[in-house]
Amino acid sequence: MSALTLDRRNFLRSGAGAIGGLLIGCYLPERRKLLADTPAAANKLSAWILVGNDDTVTFFIHKAEMGQGTVTSLSMLLAEELECDWSKIRTEFPGVDPAYGPFQGVVGSQSIRSSYISLRQAGASARVMLIAAAAQKWGVQPSACRAEKSTVVNTATNARLTYGNLAEAAAKLPVPGNVPLKDPAQFEIVGKPRKRLDTPGKVDGSTRFGIDVRLPNMLYAVVERCPVFGGTVASFDDTKTKTTPGVKHAVKISNGVAVIADSTWAAMEGRRKLTVQWDEGAVAAHSTPDITKSFADAAAAGAPPLRHVGDAAGALASSAKKLDAVYQTPYLAHAPMEPLNCTAWVRPDGAEVWVSTQMQTLARQIAAQKSGLAPEKVQVHTEYMGGGFGRRGGVDYIGEAVEVAKSVDVPVKVTWSREDDMRHDNYRPASYCRFSGGLDAEGWPVAWTASIACPAFAGANTSTEGVRDNPYAIANFAVDYHDVNPGVPVSYWRSVGYSQNCFFAESFLDEMAHAGGKDPLEVRRKFLAKNPRLLAALELAAEKAEWGKPLPAGHGRGVSVVNNVGSNTVQIAEVSVAKGKVKVHRVVCAVDCGAVVNPAGVAQQMASGIAFGLSALKSGVTIRNGRVEQGNFNQYDVVRMDEMPKVEVHIVPSQAAPGGIGEASTPGAAPAVCNAIFAATGKRIRQLPIRAEDLA
Amino acid sequence: MAAVKFTLNGKPQSVDAVPTMPLLWVLRDTLGMTGTKFGCGMSLCGACTVHIDGQPVRSCVTPISAVAGRKITTIEGLSPDRSHPIQAAWIEEDVPQCGYCQSGQIMTAAALLAKTSNPTDADIDEAMRNNICRCGTYDDIRRALHRAAEIQRAGGAR
Repeated sequence: MSALTLDRRNFLRSGAGAIGGLLIGCYLPERRKLLADTPAAANKLSAWILVGNDDTVTFFIHKAEMGQGTVTSLSMLLAEELECDWSKIRTEFPGVDPAYGPFQGVVGSQSIRSSYISLRQAGASARVMLIAAAAQKWGVQPSACRAEKSTVVNTATNARLTYGNLAEAAAKLPVPGNVPLKDPAQFEIVGKPRKRLDTPGKVDGSTRFGIDVRLPNMLYAVVERCPVFGGTVASFDDTKTKTTPGVKHAVKISNGVAVIADSTWAAMEGRRKLTVQWDEGAVAAHSTPDITKSFADAAAAGAPPLRHVGDAAGALASSAKKLDAVYQTPYLAHAPMEPLNCTAWVRPDGAEVWVSTQMQTLARQIAAQKSGLAPEKVQVHTEYMGGGFGRRGGVDYIGEAVEVAKSVDVPVKVTWSREDDMRHDNYRPASYCRFSGGLDAEGWPVAWTASIACPAFAGANTSTEGVRDNPYAIANFAVDYHDVNPGVPVSYWRSVGYSQNCFFAESFLDEMAHAGGKDPLEVRRKFLAKNPRLLAALELAAEKAEWGKPLPAGHGRGVSVVNNVGSNTVQIAEVSVAKGKVKVHRVVCAVDCGAVVNPAGVAQQMASGIAFGLSALKSGVTIRNGRVEQGNFNQYDVVRMDEMPKVEVHIVPSQAAPGGIGEASTPGAAPAVCNAIFAATGKRIRQLPIRAEDLA
Repeated sequence: MAAVKFTLNGKPQSVDAVPTMPLLWVLRDTLGMTGTKFGCGMSLCGACTVHIDGQPVRSCVTPISAVAGRKITTIEGLSPDRSHPIQAAWIEEDVPQCGYCQSGQIMTAAALLAKTSNPTDADIDEAMRNNICRCGTYDDIRRALHRAAEIQRAGGAR
């Protein structure tokens, strides 16, 4: 029996026994805990909403939580239309289920955008069912009732019934379609700052992340992987591994050797004593200098434009002033604070994975593929993520854990060390960009060309986003692209192509402004004249940052403009540079992300994205003989407490369709700061991370 | 293997473990107390911070043999009900995002507050700069630490 095969609306109707059905596959300690939290009887009104007879409301959050606030913001959408008491809400992550659509996952800052209407509809439908149940009991028309704070009120008599009293009857009613949604002007929850539902468990250690999963008889594993990407095991000697206290098994899997033990530490100790001979493969020939040269050669080779406007080459040739520049960025690791991990249990008749993942649907697919079971036989338990940033959009670590688990008949938790995490990431691609710009006789940009070379993983458009689709109405523009892939695995990294391409584009636009003797803000204003949303964000940021007001000696301001994930973000950074060190004092951030669900969440995410973007100024991943040279935070440093600027977030009021927010502010941080460095020092940063010699 | 005895969150505790096994893994894997987090294994990120005799210590590099006879406090033992001024302020200021580093941030912050009842921004920078947060909650941590100092001075929470 599996919850997945039961009718969504019926399987919980009968109360406690059915809740047991939901928990199939959860082993005792966990099961006891859940049952303790779950009402004795409860009724499911839809795939998203369960109402307990004790008035608790359980929201099944079909997305995942990596810090971006999804659990809270999606609950706000449901609660707004359900009219439930916020204090009665609890949340769970359901399994993979077609009731939630063909794809469950969190990518591309899509959660609110893809749920803004559908979750309000789910809340409204459930409210209508509860009202109908009350109307039946009172023998009145539903129009004579209204819902407020988890009760239905009979408007004629003022009688009240709580949702807990009504849920059983409501669950027997058909789910209505096309229920009218509230006018946003009537919103009581959506659009107002709301504290996160997941905070309490995150201040007392009780929130369970993937790495915290514990199951009866569970073993612990680590995997020794080839230090060179794509390498395979030629042979291995586990003699000393097997005599390490606590070690149970050493098993060859497709990408390395797994050491399985009775604790994570024992597995790590056993791995230390393992000797593996590797077939390193072709990537061993590559190191950062030759990779960079291959990018430079490709970018110089010329190619048909991916996008062009006007006649860029002609306008460049006839421009009054011409400038050229080359920009470069390194591979970047995601380095979420929770190292990758996955717990898997493969049985002959089914498999389960417990995993902090951004991709529940793909998690089930890879687990099915690696276990040889049908997807319906695989249960995915979505755990809280200790950061994702795109890394947990990959499912390599889930497939690997399933492979390890196949070698034993008990659950196994595979944990990655920080070094494993940093050396076996799917990195942000290193990238290289050649620009030429032409100015007219008055100093305004009139021609702009770009050649970008970097490894593609999602097509040329993704590799060039941020340059290709820049928002400026410059009369003559062309961009070409060269896919150069040295074999280092690359993938999505918070804000994807925009993360490096906006650094390139916003920095070079600044160069053009200065070369023409123009104020960088003035140039942006001119070429955004037909983009009212970005222009309004620019004006708001300029006003709040007091652009133009004199700064202390040695300080400078820089601006960046970004349109990504459906949102419009302008940042103005204030920096000073002393003794070869950059200090970012303040970042003023104006964002128009359309209709806002949780303004407090927007503010959090803007600051978070800025911190993430600023870390890209400090570190990079370099390759030597096909191996990543960095292993831990001493070699791959990130922004810390004393480096975090004061971030001021200003939201442009908007009723436009919601935009994404988790990735909106990452791209603009580096260029705003680097443009400010130029304003402060006259030094132009064209390569990240910033090196001391670039500031000297 | 040898039995190591110590005090854990106010109660006597004895574990049989390889003497070199770090306290972090004893807490997480042997004792099932998973509030203390693994982040780097090299005392670089602060996620595993616990208190030993009141001092903030990185449990990932502390062998279990070194804690014999000592008093250990983990996030689970900081207060029974999230009432420690740091926890109260963290809730008030809604600090955590992903939350993974926050056990370590809170333990480091609690040790700072025990030593310095009214920390300045410079005190906070110095005490907290070795606790990494990839979500970038630093501004919120700073604000919450100042708030916690107020709560403590007012005799609030615990």
